[in-house]
Amino acid sequence: MSHDLTMSATPGSIRADYLVVAGMVTPGSKVLDVGCGDGGLLKLLRDEKGVDGRGIELSRAGVNDCVAAGLAVVQGDADTDLAFYPDNAFDLVILSQTIQATRQPRVVLEHMLRIGRQAIVSFPNFGHWRLRLQLILRGRMPTSENLPYSWYDTPNIHFCTLRDFVDLVRELDAEIERSAALDGWGREVRVNAPWWFWNLFGEQAVFKLSRKG
Amino acid sequence: MSMTRADLSTNVQDAARRQADEPDGLIARFGADEPLMLDAGVALSPFQIGYQTYGTLNADKSNAVLVCHALTGDQHVASANPVTGKPGWWEIMIGPGRPIDTDRYFVICSNVLGGCMGTTGPASIDPATGEPFGLTLPLITIPDMVRAQWMLVRRLGIESLFCAIGGSMGGMQVLQWASEYKDMVFSALPIATAARHSAQNIAFHEVGRQAIMADPQWRGGRYLGENTRPSAGLAVARMAAHITYLSDMALHRKFGRRFQDRDAPTFSFDADFQVESYLRYQGEAFVERFDANSYLYVTRAMDYFDIAEEHGGSLAKAFSGTKTRFCVVSFTSDWLFPTAGSRQVVHALNASGASVSFAEITSDKGHDAFLLDEPELFAICRGFLDAAARARGLPAGAQP
Repeated sequence: MSHDLTMSATPGSIRADYLVVAGMVTPGSKVLDVGCGDGGLLKLLRDEKGVDGRGIELSRAGVNDCVAAGLAVVQGDADTDLAFYPDNAFDLVILSQTIQATRQPRVVLEHMLRIGRQAIVSFPNFGHWRLRLQLILRGRMPTSENLPYSWYDTPNIHFCTLRDFVDLVRELDAEIERSAALDGWGREVRVNAPWWFWNLFGEQAVFKLSRKG
Repeated sequence: MSMTRADLSTNVQDAARRQADEPDGLIARFGADEPLMLDAGVALSPFQIGYQTYGTLNADKSNAVLVCHALTGDQHVASANPVTGKPGWWEIMIGPGRPIDTDRYFVICSNVLGGCMGTTGPASIDPATGEPFGLTLPLITIPDMVRAQWMLVRRLGIESLFCAIGGSMGGMQVLQWASEYKDMVFSALPIATAARHSAQNIAFHEVGRQAIMADPQWRGGRYLGENTRPSAGLAVARMAAHITYLSDMALHRKFGRRFQDRDAPTFSFDADFQVESYLRYQGEAFVERFDANSYLYVTRAMDYFDIAEEHGGSLAKAFSGTKTRFCVVSFTSDWLFPTAGSRQVVHALNASGASVSFAEITSDKGHDAFLLDEPELFAICRGFLDAAARARGLPAGAQP
């Protein structure tokens, strides 16, 4: 469950979506990063925000990189292992570019909001105009630079659009504290734009959620 | 005049006998003023610990790594074994530039309580009688072993270990250290282990013990005084145990169904198959260096081990409030200590808010993988120790 499954990173630079996520994290908080990849985000949060971070990562290579970097990362699967984390163990649980690769996105999200008071979820927006256009015009499953996989060998099994995600959040009775849509370069789409605009032009979405009550 | 195999064997056995009381290397002796309180409810006094060190303890005594050995290991972790003449059992891991870098860390390895390489055990002479303890030595537990190590570490003037590391029974000791002496363990690396011994593992140990006790030469445990050796029983115990250390894949790769020194079966009970002859060799080599009663004591210690039970059934409670940095490692083909047991430890550590990393390493070498050339294991150990050393402010070692 690595970020690299879905995202391409520019070597030597901090991924733009990491910066957006980091901007939503309270300094000094206790954070669990689910699907933490090579630990890039955890490192950023530790070094820049003084975060007490932990990670879960499926790939062995990712775990090795993280451990070598001094991060506390457990090899595991978001779909099965979140159940073992106690309630309120963290301030914030992050799921970055991973929810579309989980078998049970709803259950994963429920666990996240149980383990932490707040959650940040980022994912590729399947409602982006380019993807819509590919399906309409070419009649084929869409691919893009961020979603380079063919339908038969993709780790991504639960795509959603930005609006689908918002519906799920409502069903879970969680609150959207902050949200952002990012364009193809990882820049935030104009903040005041209406939902339909985000859903059409955002290649990625980032949501910060909190438990109600 | 050349030595026969039997002479050689007797020499090795004599060497082993000497090491039990007067080991090569360092000995810490604890007299009547420093008794060791055993879980069995009696005080052991006097007693001694045989140990080895490698590298140099730094000025503020912050770079000590305690290596805990497995069931039949000893303190000769990174230097030649005085009984067998073979290299140390973890030389692949410990030395200048190795993952446990002796240019950077001060490595301590002691023979466990109940062992037979210089630490008080059933083969040691009971000062009260002048005879070997045999079964008059009280039963030993893993916490007892760790308490003895604690006394050694304190004797060396060390107030906090930089790391406690070990595999199998060594990993049990690491977990016990981290649970009982939380403030003394900066980082912990339990490998291929569990917080309790499983019923299946107890069962295997019982087979080994019964093999020893069924040997007429065992003499109710008094064989050292009566000048006999339950070699056949101990060899069978080792053979059975050895199978559990490997995997089906590893055995198959190494031996398959190949014959040993012949093209066809002999239609007898000779060691026709290579795997048979290998196990017989393992059994024979083992009885030369190891004491049968020690085998009984140390396997029993593992059987009794259950950290959760000591804490009202809650493993998380055993680690509550810990500040130790943990890195738990398991191997995919280990059926003696399967990954599930490591995961239990990791879940408990997570529940207690500990800083924990966990990696399951793909290997077809079975439980023994932690002693073998496994680059992934080395990378993880090196990375974890380097990061912990940075956190503790230890200067960098020489680059490999």
